[in-house]
Amino acid sequence: MLRTILIAVLAVAVIGTGYWGYREHQEKNAILIHAENNYQRAFHDLAYQIDLLHDKLGATLAMNSHASLSPALAEIWKIASEAHSDVGQLPLSLLPFNKTQEFLSQIGEFTYRTAVRDLQEEPLTKEEYKTLQGLYKSAGAIRQELRNVQHLVLENNLRWMDVELALATNDQKEDNIIIDGFKAVEKNVDTFSSSSEFGPSFIGLANEEKGFVRAKGRPVSKDEAKRIARDFLGLKGTEKIKVTESGKGADERFYSLTIHDPKTKGDIYMDITKNGGYPIWVLNSRPVGKPTISLHEAANRGMAFLKRHKFTGFELYDSTQYDNVAVLTFVKSENGVRIYPEAIQMKVALDNGHVVGFTARDYLSSSIPRPLPKPAITAEEAKKKLNPHLKVMEQRQAVIMNDLQKPVLCYEFLGTLGDDTYQLFMNASTGIEEKVEKLESVEPNYE
Amino acid sequence: MERKLVMLMLIGLMTWMHPAGHAAAFSPQVIQRGAVGDDVIELQARLQYLGFYNGKIDGVFGWRTYWALRNFQYEYGLPVDGLAGAETKRKLVNASKYYESFVKEQIRQGNEFTHYGGIPLSKQVKKRGGGGGRTVKTTASNVPKGFSQNDIRLMANAVYGEARGEPYIGQVAVAAVILNRLEHPSFPDTVAGVIFQPGAFTAVADGQIWLTPNETAKKAVLDAINGWDPTGGAIYYFNPATATSAWIWSRPQIKRIGNHIFCK
Repeated sequence: MLRTILIAVLAVAVIGTGYWGYREHQEKNAILIHAENNYQRAFHDLAYQIDLLHDKLGATLAMNSHASLSPALAEIWKIASEAHSDVGQLPLSLLPFNKTQEFLSQIGEFTYRTAVRDLQEEPLTKEEYKTLQGLYKSAGAIRQELRNVQHLVLENNLRWMDVELALATNDQKEDNIIIDGFKAVEKNVDTFSSSSEFGPSFIGLANEEKGFVRAKGRPVSKDEAKRIARDFLGLKGTEKIKVTESGKGADERFYSLTIHDPKTKGDIYMDITKNGGYPIWVLNSRPVGKPTISLHEAANRGMAFLKRHKFTGFELYDSTQYDNVAVLTFVKSENGVRIYPEAIQMKVALDNGHVVGFTARDYLSSSIPRPLPKPAITAEEAKKKLNPHLKVMEQRQAVIMNDLQKPVLCYEFLGTLGDDTYQLFMNASTGIEEKVEKLESVEPNYE
Repeated sequence: MERKLVMLMLIGLMTWMHPAGHAAAFSPQVIQRGAVGDDVIELQARLQYLGFYNGKIDGVFGWRTYWALRNFQYEYGLPVDGLAGAETKRKLVNASKYYESFVKEQIRQGNEFTHYGGIPLSKQVKKRGGGGGRTVKTTASNVPKGFSQNDIRLMANAVYGEARGEPYIGQVAVAAVILNRLEHPSFPDTVAGVIFQPGAFTAVADGQIWLTPNETAKKAVLDAINGWDPTGGAIYYFNPATATSAWIWSRPQIKRIGNHIFCK
């Protein structure tokens, strides 16, 4: 009797466990399929977008009327952006797959610029046509490659999850059709990008690094770097300072300092250029207590700090209070002209008014030629070109970097329209609206 | 007994009258754009009382408050500098009233309210269901240009999941890498796109991104957004002790921070 009961109980347990295991397995599969489907969608979508991209690029080559060219370029811009987003959803980040994304974003950039230009006034140049032809050719090659991969994926029921696994385990031995296919695409794009088919008009498009053009002077030693840090931060000399030099990948040589003072909580971190020993940035990680000074006072102290360290001709552009810390932005100002690319940001602790952060990266890497050009039109003429509904509150001259990453002298207007505040830059020689921004820095809390 | 009752009534009357009779409350600080706190709440309330300010009384000195203050300064013959200094505050206090306990009460209850002069206060409140029990503080926050509080939170999640064991500067560095990727043509151009790119961050892959981030991670993100980049423009980083990919070792290295090597 007892035996029968025992057997029955065990049998139920075994069946129960089996069922539970089966359910678990089912659920896991469902989730895997879901993830796999997401990858598949991104991949097939990418293949489709590249198809479309190739066709549209081909069509633009045959177009002659400006009326049809501009919208076609705008459409290519949109397609390139969608393809770019598709690539970002594929598990390829462990693969050197940068070039394809870069290529897509360059197509986007190129077509955007040509699409927004008035092609009636300024038709495509010979070089730009050559670029378009080059893009068409490359897109064709990528399309062919992707179609091939797509075919193999569909034919052999290949799964992206396996790609992810192969990449994660770094399994090089086994051939993976998807990985090989994408490597071929990548190679193709690479040869295209490194050839100069984008033409001279494309120089400066890829975010090129300029380096610290302002950091001139003889190289300083590690000990000198320590001395510079002591002087800049007003240290007492009892602190322990660790200095390391930048690695080979850095655009410019610099020293990284970690300053540890046993008496205070939190270390101070700082980078100093090797050439000339300029402080690039400082961050003090100490906790900041309750505010005792105002934002205004903090801004004054920040300004005094700049003057003390020979950064002259700066004015406060923006100030913001985050809890117990003031974040300040100073910009260079010459004869009333604000030079926005030459900015220095600072953090001032509101508990004791000490500087706890400093960064001059923008200032050190700005190469705006001097003397500044003179405006060709008057402020009144520039003002006439503004939106008539805008109520202008402030105006001045300013230098900004425009869409093409070129410095331009502008008239800057601060104005209001309805409840919003806008910052507008009108080119001081042509009167073109270079940049319009809505200024908003306050967001309601959600609770 | 009767005397006691009169006393009680008097006290009641006094507490009832108290808020209206209340004048100078500004602290001595000069208030400028970007400031937050009680002084800003009072400034906005007083400017609204006079009809210069039509925005929300939220305790954050934004652009609308700035223009309102400048208009006030212009109308009252003060130097128009957008700074609430001693003279400006004196004139403002003389010209307006500030029902502090009313304002603070509405903020505490999370109500929508205004503070215009000449309209009974009770008509200026739109009650919100629920709410209550919150501490009196600003109802808005300063955010860096182009980022919402939710973007910051999402980044803080990623930073906390990826680098919570790192020194502070290592956390700023991870946030800076996310931002550098946003700018870089090889990567998606949104915060979410970069963070959730498959395989990009291990914390996303193993779910550690959904741990609740601490204040340090949030501060690190804010520093990075405000312009601090300890990495010198890095777009990759890896932990040499655990990295399995040979490719990552081939990237040009910029520097090491904590346990991470940052590279191009």
